[in-house]
Amino acid sequence: MEQVIVNGLYLGAQYALIALGLTLIFALMNVLNFAHGQMYVLGGFITYTVYGQLHLPFVVALIASSITLAILGALIEKFLFRTVIRRSKREESTMLLAAAIAFLLDAVILIVFGEKGHGVPKILNGVLNTGAIIIPYDRILVGCLAAVFIAAFMAFMQFSKPGRAMRALAQDRQAAQLMGVNVDRYSMIGFAVGALLAGLVGGLLVSIVGVSSGIGGSISTKAFMMVMIGGAGVVGGAIAGGFILGMLEAVGLTVLHAYGDITYLVIFVGLMIFLAIRPNGLMGKPWG
Amino acid sequence: MSNSLKLAGALALIVVLLVVVPVALSTTGRNDLYYTLTLIALLSVASAGVWITFYIGRINIGQAAYALIGGYVSAILVVDYGWSFWLTIPAAGVVSAAIAILIGLPILRLRGVYFAMVTLVSTEVARLAALALPITHGARGMSNLPPPGPIAIGPLTLIPDFASMADTHLAFYLLSAITMLAVFGLVYRLVHSRLGRLFVALQQNEELAASMGVNIARLRIIAYAFSSFLGGVAGAIFSAISQSVYPNSFTTQDSINFMLNCFLGGLGYVFGPMLGTLVLQLGWNLLSEAAIYQELIYAIVLIALMLVLPNGILSLLGMRARKAAR
Repeated sequence: MEQVIVNGLYLGAQYALIALGLTLIFALMNVLNFAHGQMYVLGGFITYTVYGQLHLPFVVALIASSITLAILGALIEKFLFRTVIRRSKREESTMLLAAAIAFLLDAVILIVFGEKGHGVPKILNGVLNTGAIIIPYDRILVGCLAAVFIAAFMAFMQFSKPGRAMRALAQDRQAAQLMGVNVDRYSMIGFAVGALLAGLVGGLLVSIVGVSSGIGGSISTKAFMMVMIGGAGVVGGAIAGGFILGMLEAVGLTVLHAYGDITYLVIFVGLMIFLAIRPNGLMGKPWG
Repeated sequence: MSNSLKLAGALALIVVLLVVVPVALSTTGRNDLYYTLTLIALLSVASAGVWITFYIGRINIGQAAYALIGGYVSAILVVDYGWSFWLTIPAAGVVSAAIAILIGLPILRLRGVYFAMVTLVSTEVARLAALALPITHGARGMSNLPPPGPIAIGPLTLIPDFASMADTHLAFYLLSAITMLAVFGLVYRLVHSRLGRLFVALQQNEELAASMGVNIARLRIIAYAFSSFLGGVAGAIFSAISQSVYPNSFTTQDSINFMLNCFLGGLGYVFGPMLGTLVLQLGWNLLSEAAIYQELIYAIVLIALMLVLPNGILSLLGMRARKAAR
């Protein structure tokens, strides 16, 4: 049982970090970022290249992943989303754009890094074994790092000036603009931070599960689920959603193991029922 | 456009699809194109369903789930219960619509991205259910489905047995093209009916519509059930053409593609999904020459189109009309 809880917490910390990026982008721009999973994969491959191929320290690789993705996110917002949002009659058009960007990133990743899955050398060796729980040290480190990044992100949103501006934007775009917030600039920063988080998790997890080019779509789907559980556009909701999904997955894999591979089917059906009762998730805003 | 012009356009479309294309393909010997065109016709039927949900202001990324359900319903009825394929087409549509009503009752209360995300997840649910349920034959799926049988009233054979044909490509093409024409005719009528106006009211403002005495919950269900009916029909015919259905026959990717077809053609135009499917599918097939760069070029073109024509290809028509009006 303790083992299941530890696994769930570890998974949850990763998931929460992915969901945070997605929910931030959604809160600021009302864009459902289909390409989030692909950004995660790209971050993974950059860390793989820098740490696994060039043999630079893991920290350098993580920083490289984060910065590359942040720049990419900023460019995507400035040149693609902003243009389409301005020209389109219906704001759903951004979904088409996001899906197209997901295609594009998938294609680029496939061409540059190939179809094969890749792993990197472990960042820490050894296993913690207390009798009740068995967990490798590198998982503990990655889990703790994820928790630290979540805390840092929350502090950034809560106390820094850009963070405050972005919270204002999420609350009411027009009012924020009237109060002198530079909407274009903070939308771009927000998208960059969201993409940065995706790249960061991708880089962190490559040390545990490796990375391969086709997994972006399923990561996006999982991120959507977490956001739905917690409520779209709410920081606390994304974190709660991430940990809940992590726990469900850990518990499901143990409890439902006997019935075959149905963990996700059960989670999905449960989610549908949950959303029927609470359409906006745990903490979501009442509008869509 | 005047009514006679519209009628002429519709007739021209029917003649082109049912006469000109088959003649052109058989004289040039490009029989391989039949399959592509058949696929386009079927995918545009499913996309038309997605378009209907757009028309009431909902983003539907779950059509692949209903196409998968339709495919399985048809395959199971034909193989395990010995039904005629022709009867399974409406049956597949009805089962899909019934499931849509069941799922739609709770989830149609959701709006915007919430609805979009739930429908996206439902595609995955359908795939996992197809893998887990005993009735769907699990991961192996169902293959070697028999070709559609004949339809005859007494001595008069309306549709010959597909198994007796040397080349079924033309027959399947005609089946899909006629289905597509019927579906788009139906959607066109629907949009220009009283119900269609009510759908627009839902798209613009649900609360306002409700305050005028419109039963919005019922209308939403009708639209979603109709949309899923089309998905089921397309899935059923697809399973007959490919003679198989697997849990991966329709995936999340297909759901997203159906949505893209609608966007690309133009959400404000009934024939948008047809044009969008044609352009995307033909474009994708043409790009197969580019081998590993296929997906890259496709994505870049898609993004470029989005930047230039964010309201769909058919919005070009609107632009010309507006210029002419000036």
